[in-house]
Amino acid sequence: MGVFFDEMNGSGDRSGGGTRAPYARLEEWLATMPKELRSLKQAEAEALFRRIGITFAVYGEGGDPDRLIPFDMFPRVFSGAEWARLDRGVKQRAKALNMFLVDVYGRGEIIRAGRVPANLVYQNAAYEKAAVGFVPPKGVYSHIVGIDLVRTGPEEFFVLEDNCRTPSGVSYMLENREIMMRMFPGLFRENRIQPIDSYAEILRRTLASVAPAKCQGDPKVVILTPGHFNSAYYEHSFLADLMGVELVEGQDLFVDGEFVYARTTEGPKRVDVIYRRIDDAFLDPLCFRPDSMLGVPGLMDVYRSGGVSICSAPGAGVADDKAIYTYVPEMIRFYLGEEPILNNVPTWKCAERDDLKYVLDNLSELVVKEVHGSGGYGMLVGPTASKAEVEAFRAQLLANPSNYIAQPTLALSTVPTFVDEGVAPRHVDLRPYCLVGERIELVKGGLTRVALREGSLVVNSSQGGGVKDTWVLAE
Amino acid sequence: MRLSVDHITRYSYERPVRGLVQSHRLTPSVFQGQRVISWEVSVKGGDTAAVRGAEFTDGAGDRIQGWSIAGPLTDLSVTVRGLVETSDTAGMLKGYREVINPCAYKRETAMTAASGALSDLAEGVSDAGGALALAHGLSAAVTGAIAYHPGVTHAHTSASEALALGEGVCQDHAHALIALARLRDLPARYVSGYLFADASGTAHEAAHAWAEIHVPGFGWIGFDPANACCPDERYIRLASGFDARDAAPIRGVARGGQPGDEAMDVTVAVLSSDQ
Repeated sequence: MGVFFDEMNGSGDRSGGGTRAPYARLEEWLATMPKELRSLKQAEAEALFRRIGITFAVYGEGGDPDRLIPFDMFPRVFSGAEWARLDRGVKQRAKALNMFLVDVYGRGEIIRAGRVPANLVYQNAAYEKAAVGFVPPKGVYSHIVGIDLVRTGPEEFFVLEDNCRTPSGVSYMLENREIMMRMFPGLFRENRIQPIDSYAEILRRTLASVAPAKCQGDPKVVILTPGHFNSAYYEHSFLADLMGVELVEGQDLFVDGEFVYARTTEGPKRVDVIYRRIDDAFLDPLCFRPDSMLGVPGLMDVYRSGGVSICSAPGAGVADDKAIYTYVPEMIRFYLGEEPILNNVPTWKCAERDDLKYVLDNLSELVVKEVHGSGGYGMLVGPTASKAEVEAFRAQLLANPSNYIAQPTLALSTVPTFVDEGVAPRHVDLRPYCLVGERIELVKGGLTRVALREGSLVVNSSQGGGVKDTWVLAE
Repeated sequence: MRLSVDHITRYSYERPVRGLVQSHRLTPSVFQGQRVISWEVSVKGGDTAAVRGAEFTDGAGDRIQGWSIAGPLTDLSVTVRGLVETSDTAGMLKGYREVINPCAYKRETAMTAASGALSDLAEGVSDAGGALALAHGLSAAVTGAIAYHPGVTHAHTSASEALALGEGVCQDHAHALIALARLRDLPARYVSGYLFADASGTAHEAAHAWAEIHVPGFGWIGFDPANACCPDERYIRLASGFDARDAAPIRGVARGGQPGDEAMDVTVAVLSSDQ
């Protein structure tokens, strides 16, 4: 691959190198930091993360489920102007995705207009028949939209994927900031960094804003977790604490008549909004998987008759399917009459013959992903894979082409990162969390994930990725 | 035809359960072929009436009614009594309101999954006469391939298993027809309802099930391979779904129930009340 764009020193930028303005003060900070202080601080950061208990279990790899996700102290910085564009682009996308969901569970105008193929939507495993014909409050299906972005140049941003169900990781965004502020208070005096600590309050307000019409008084919001064995349980309890709402499991809720109630020490309390962190299939054994013990029997009937709101709404997953992803720019044009502010990555659909041929001919240059995969599993990164790995994947791909999409290997931008030898550029991505209720809101920040291995382009925490604090500077 | 329905489902539990929640699709569909004269569903645990829950019409046009009742309970009964005026629409679901796109019914489920034998059976039917003739042909193929014989299959038997056995009940016929239709790229769904067993004795099972196939130009049309016909004035349509589980008229969960503790007893009588 060619030269990568470095967000601090500007290498790979045709307009010339030199430290880019948002990083000017960090350059000084780095230059004056004694080496001993660095290792001291890194140890302190790790101790803090351990103490607060934020860990991430790695799926399918065995080993220590309470492994820490590595935290890198070198922040990732956006100027106010850079962020303003991301802000508009992310909100535009979140709005279009929600309009798409209302449409495909209603009349399906975008399909009638021939802009999105019917089979991709209606035969999609994530399309919930039970959600058809019911419009959730305020027309919102996806209340927390996590949009994964990568950057390849000063002005070049691409959306890698959308997460419309229950995107995780926002607790890292908040904790990374907390820990940076504790360890380097000076940095926060010298730089005009936009705060992100309003996230929990905005989330609570967003959830309360979609309470059903039958709600009386202040909406009661709860977070529904599958339980402590879930890898994101920490995040569920963390958000419940920050919002001051109850964290419940399926067995803590029950349906009585037209409503859902939570068992509390003061007796049953009616619940208006459920921020669920369990999949559709487990929500209600009377509607979905009959063997589910995680959900609430009868919940879907209450939901569909307007007695409770479920966030994200059942069926929201059809909008973030990797096959649907390629049509998001079309959604933006169709529903909003606007041009997309953020571009998609060019994508080849292996289900289509011409695309499949191109992919097979260029396998060692491409990134190939499973349509329904997540977490960096089941994917091929052509340029870094061995010949044998490429050939093994070729066989897998040929066996079931429609299960795969392919994208060019993007020259992901780098940000300086602390490594054993000192400071070195490492590739990063970004996940902002857009909140959609009565209003569409985005705090000025997100989760930056960093591929800690030299040269690696895979930032997933399950594949050796770490995280960084993400700064947006005030203008 | 004026049909009366008397349908009682009784559940009993060896050890008391803490409570019950049910979701019913026990209301006759609203379309040209049937009109409700009177219809009442009641749910009782012991002598206590259950609490009426949510009531709404879903995207497929089914009327859904939730129920809940607090325990402790050792028995529960669901009683359906009503009178429906029916007419023959040649199986066509005329004047029916639903939002869902027929393409949503091209998805296979465990009970309607394709197999080599189902595929062979589907491919053996000609579509030379158009989609409607194809649908009739597929239904006839199921009638020919699976003989009516109760007791051989069970609630979880799949279409491919029933075809291999060559015997089954209306549920198996419907699953097989759905599988065949989807193999020929026609949307198909499972329908649950009631059937008036006429004097000739050819009709089976008063609590009945059949399939609907979406035929371009006609819309949804019912086919009953178990009785080698299309639903007529002897049929009462209740609800639809991907398969038997998805279209079940009663779905429920007992809180604090132990596996194997529940026993169920169903009686259904569908009679003609024409003079």
